[in-house]
Amino acid sequence: MTPLDLNNIETQYFTFAHPPDELILESKETLGPITLAYETYGELNKNKSNAILVFHALTGDANAAGYHTGAKKPGWWDAMIGPGKAFDTNKYFVICSNVLGSCKGTTGPTSMSPKTGKPFGLSFPVVTIQDMVAAQKCLIDHLGIKKLLSVAGGSMGGLQALKWAVIYPDYVASTIAIATNTRHTAQQIALHEVARQAIMSDPDWQNGDYYGKSIPARGLALSRMIGHITYMSEQSMEEKFGRKLIGKERLGFDFSHDFEVESYLKYRADNFVQRFDANSYLYLSKSLDYFDLAEDADLKTVFSKARCSFLVISFTSDWLYPSYQSKQMVKALKANDLDVSDIEINTNYGHDAFLVEVEGQSKLISHFLDRISKEITYA
Amino acid sequence: MRTDHKIILDFIEPKSKVLDLGCGDGTLLSLLFQKKSCRGTGIEIDEKAIYECMAKGLTVSHGDIDTGLADYSDKRFDYVILNESLQQVLHPKKVILESLRVGKKIIVGIPNFCHVRARFQIFFQGRVPVTKELPFQWYDTPNLRFLSLKDFRYFCRNNAITILHEKGIIGQKTICCRPNLFAHTGLYLLEKQT
Repeated sequence: MTPLDLNNIETQYFTFAHPPDELILESKETLGPITLAYETYGELNKNKSNAILVFHALTGDANAAGYHTGAKKPGWWDAMIGPGKAFDTNKYFVICSNVLGSCKGTTGPTSMSPKTGKPFGLSFPVVTIQDMVAAQKCLIDHLGIKKLLSVAGGSMGGLQALKWAVIYPDYVASTIAIATNTRHTAQQIALHEVARQAIMSDPDWQNGDYYGKSIPARGLALSRMIGHITYMSEQSMEEKFGRKLIGKERLGFDFSHDFEVESYLKYRADNFVQRFDANSYLYLSKSLDYFDLAEDADLKTVFSKARCSFLVISFTSDWLYPSYQSKQMVKALKANDLDVSDIEINTNYGHDAFLVEVEGQSKLISHFLDRISKEITYA
Repeated sequence: MRTDHKIILDFIEPKSKVLDLGCGDGTLLSLLFQKKSCRGTGIEIDEKAIYECMAKGLTVSHGDIDTGLADYSDKRFDYVILNESLQQVLHPKKVILESLRVGKKIIVGIPNFCHVRARFQIFFQGRVPVTKELPFQWYDTPNLRFLSLKDFRYFCRNNAITILHEKGIIGQKTICCRPNLFAHTGLYLLEKQT
C-alpha cells in the first residue's frame, strides 16, 4: 500500500512479453522479455476508475513523486503529484513508468541481452513512442485498469499522452498534453542530431560497446549542454546568468570559464553523465525524431480516432516546442468536435516551464480533472 | 443576475450547444450550463480569465475572436454568443458572418454609442461622450468600433441577416420605446436569411 504522504516510495517492476510472446515493435522487430520500472501513488478505487497515467520527459524516470528511502530529492513531478496537489493522490491513483529504451530500470540498451548475456548496446532495437505506449498498455492491463481517468505529460511525455489518445481511445477519458507537439520538426531533429553526433564522436563511445569500460562522458556531457540550452529561453538565461563572471573579477583572456553560464552548463552536464546512459540518450532522442502522429494522413483524420477530452498547455517562451504547434493541434481537435481546453501560459522559463510553472498548471489540471471525474461518475 | 444575461438565457432553448466568444470569467456560460442544461465552450483572450473558467468546470480556449472561429465546421453550435465583445474585434463583419456560419443562430450584445446622454455631450459640450456605461477616454478605450442600435439594424439588413429579437436595456431594465435613443445596450437574436 502506498503511504499517503509519499515517503519511502519504492519502484516496482513488471516483466512481460516472455518469448515466444515477444512485443512486436513498430520496426517489426521483436523484443522480450521486457521489464517496466514503475511507481504508483494514492489508492486505486474499487471500480478502478481513478487511475491517471503520467509520462516522463526524455531523461526522466519512474520516480515522479515522493521520496525513495534516504533520497534527498523528491521525484521529478513532485510539485504536481501528491496529497492536495494538481494530481491529488487523496483522490487519484497515479502511475508513472520508465519508458522503453531508457536506463532507469526499464529494458533498454543497458539491459542484458538474453541472447548474448551481455548488455544490448546497439543490438537493442530502435524503439518508438508507439512502442513505449504499447508497453505501458501491457502494464495497465496487468493492473486491471480498463479506463484511465487521464493520460498526462509534458514534452516527450506529451507525445506519449497523444499517442494513447489515438491508439487506445477506449482506455482514455482525458488527455493532458503540455509543451508538446504532434510531430518532431526539422529544427528539433537537427538539435537532436547534433547531440547524437556529440556522443558518437567521443572515442570512448566504441560503437555503443563501452559497458564495463570507460563511458563516453565528454560526448554525453556535450549533448546534455546542447539540450539544456534548448530547455531555457533567452530571457530566462539572461535573468539567471546575464554576463556574470565566475570565480574572477575580470575576463581571463584564456579558455577557462569566464562566465557563470559556462560553468552552469558544465556542472549540469557532469551531473547528468553520472545518472544517464549515452546509448539510451541516442535511442530516446531517435524515438522523438521518428514521432509523427499524423504520419501519411492529416492531423484532423488522426484525431478523428480520439474520443476523450483534452487539456492543451503551452508556454510563450518555449522555442523547442513553440506554442503555435500546440495551437495547430487544438485546431485539429476542434475540427473533430472534441472537447478541448487550451491555454498559452505567459512565462519566461522556456521549455522548462512545464516543470517550473507549478501554480498556474496546478489550478488548470486540478479543475480539469475534477470535471472529468464528475463526467465519468454521471455517465 | 445581470439583465443582459437574463435576456440571453431567455433567448436560448434548453440543452443547446453554445459558443461564447469573449466569454470572460465564464459567468454567462456557467449560467447557461446550470439553468439551461446547455453544453459548449468559450473563447477568451485573457489568460487570467481562462483560469477562472476552468475553476467553474468549463471548457475554454485561449485565443482571439478574430481568428478563433475558423477552427469550427458549419452549424456546429446552436448559438454563438458575442456579448460585449463585438465592439472590440478587428473585423466585426467577418466575425458576425463567421459566427452565422458555425452557429445556427447568434446572439449579439452591443453598447449604444448614440444614447441620449452621449448625443447631449456631443451636441452641447462638443466632446466625444464619456458616460457611466461608456467610461473610456478616447486615448484608453478598448473599443475599436462605435455604433448605435440603428447602425446595427442597417448592417443586418444589408447583409441578409434576420433580426429575430431586439432588446434594449437601460441599467437593470429592458425598454421597448425608442431603444436607439434610450437604451445603453442592445441585445439581438439573429439568423442568416436562407
